[in-house]
Amino acid sequence: MLYAVFCYNQEDVTSAWSKEQDEKVMRDLAAVQSKYAEAGRLGPVARLQPTAAAMTLRHSHRETIVTDGPFAETKEQLLGFYVVDCASLDEALDFARDLSSANPAAGSYEIRPLALYKPSELAS
Amino acid sequence: MTDTAWIDLALVSARPQAVGALLRYFRNLDTAEEAFQEACIRALKTWPKSGPPRDPAAWLIFVGRNSGIDKVRRQSRETALPPEEMLSDLEDQESDLADRLDGAQYRDDILRLLFVCSNPALPATQQIALALRIVSGLSVKQIARAFLVSEAAMEQRITRAKSRVAAAGLAFETPDAADRADRLAAVATMIYLVFNEGYSAMNGPESVSADLCEEAIRLGRLLLQLFPAEPEIMGLTALMMIQHSRARARFDADGAVILLEDQDRGLWDRPLINEALALIDRAMRHRQPGAYQIQAAIAALHARAERPEDTDWAQIDLLYQALERLQPSPVITLNRAVAVSKRDGPQAALAMIEPLADKLSGYFYFHGLSGHLLKQLGKVREARVAFDHAIALATNAAECAYIRMQLDKLGEEPGIESGRAEKR
Repeated sequence: MLYAVFCYNQEDVTSAWSKEQDEKVMRDLAAVQSKYAEAGRLGPVARLQPTAAAMTLRHSHRETIVTDGPFAETKEQLLGFYVVDCASLDEALDFARDLSSANPAAGSYEIRPLALYKPSELAS
Repeated sequence: MTDTAWIDLALVSARPQAVGALLRYFRNLDTAEEAFQEACIRALKTWPKSGPPRDPAAWLIFVGRNSGIDKVRRQSRETALPPEEMLSDLEDQESDLADRLDGAQYRDDILRLLFVCSNPALPATQQIALALRIVSGLSVKQIARAFLVSEAAMEQRITRAKSRVAAAGLAFETPDAADRADRLAAVATMIYLVFNEGYSAMNGPESVSADLCEEAIRLGRLLLQLFPAEPEIMGLTALMMIQHSRARARFDADGAVILLEDQDRGLWDRPLINEALALIDRAMRHRQPGAYQIQAAIAALHARAERPEDTDWAQIDLLYQALERLQPSPVITLNRAVAVSKRDGPQAALAMIEPLADKLSGYFYFHGLSGHLLKQLGKVREARVAFDHAIALATNAAECAYIRMQLDKLGEEPGIESGRAEKR
């Protein structure tokens, strides 16, 4: 089963990381990923730019409105996501647990089974 | 990361909001700062045991506020008459603390805190020092190191800035739209001052001054979160990001400056550039051009060019013209002359900057560029005079080293004084 794992953190905390701290976290997270990648079970991995770079297009009955910023103003922001192939929900939770122990920021990982998956030909 | 490292991080990122809120309660910079310090000390004691609170900023505000109130009460017992207005104010605040914390008010708290440090009555150096101390929470020692002055001198500078701010009176009313725009503009200027202090003092990517650049970018990002639809704040942050993206390429091993066209573009920080480009795209959609956006757009054209010869100089010339119209200044014309020299050759650029000689005679880059253009025209003797002027005006070792290198190269040129085509 394919699962998406979404990483939510407080952006004001993660953006206060120094370059060294940021690089260390990325290295630690990469170590977790490589375990799954080597087993051929890791799909796309994405880190998102800060929400300050986001725009939201909102569509209602008659009009489409484009605004600055992310859709919702929440304390935690979506900062990145993974797609991972796991035999069970427990395994997917383990993956998220590994990620969260490599990530010093307090936040949450949402684990959600995929309903549709189209791997792209996009060169990374 | 160690246990205390995550606490430090939480304290740093909560600081602007917490000190901003405490400043609103106590209406005094020193009291707010002390209350925050007190809260931090308690956080360091209790958080390792109890784990981090769900909302560190709210925790720090609550604890800081209580310790501050205790102090105000103690002081008011010591003095003859309690400052009635202040105490009644504090009672009110206790009752509606909860909803205030979740309210949008914190946005104006942070802006006020930044604005306090951006008071135009303060000289630039004091604005920067105050912001680094109050908003960023750097120690006096760290700030002194960044400015290359003694700790005592920096302490004095900050104290002086604080008393000036107190004398000027703090703006506590909730700002209306026009006030808010004014405050944002002043704050943007201050943040760019912090950045430039770091940028111009830098002599390597690992230096203390690089931290100032990163701190300025962090403040820019913070403002963007608070005011996501302000194109000039997008422009400012993008501009700082692109300039800082070159940090690793700007100096050689000896600390001498490497000019943009000679830099190893592979050393540029691409993720930072991409973030900036996304911001610029978003800013342009607002169709409210401003000086930061234009400068960011110019920086972006450099960042987008894979090789120096791919640079769109014609577009850069147009952007500088737009900037000249917005804020006429000989320095901007000087910068435009660089674009013109690339597009139309050194003669055209020289003709452009010659009329600026009176106004810019004390400016390092004027003589540096003159020297460059004269050298390209084969006027070795005149180029040497210009470089000699430049070296006398250099403000740091890297500038000196760069000009000295130019002079050395001139020495190797055959002594043909005129009529030489540009070497390329």
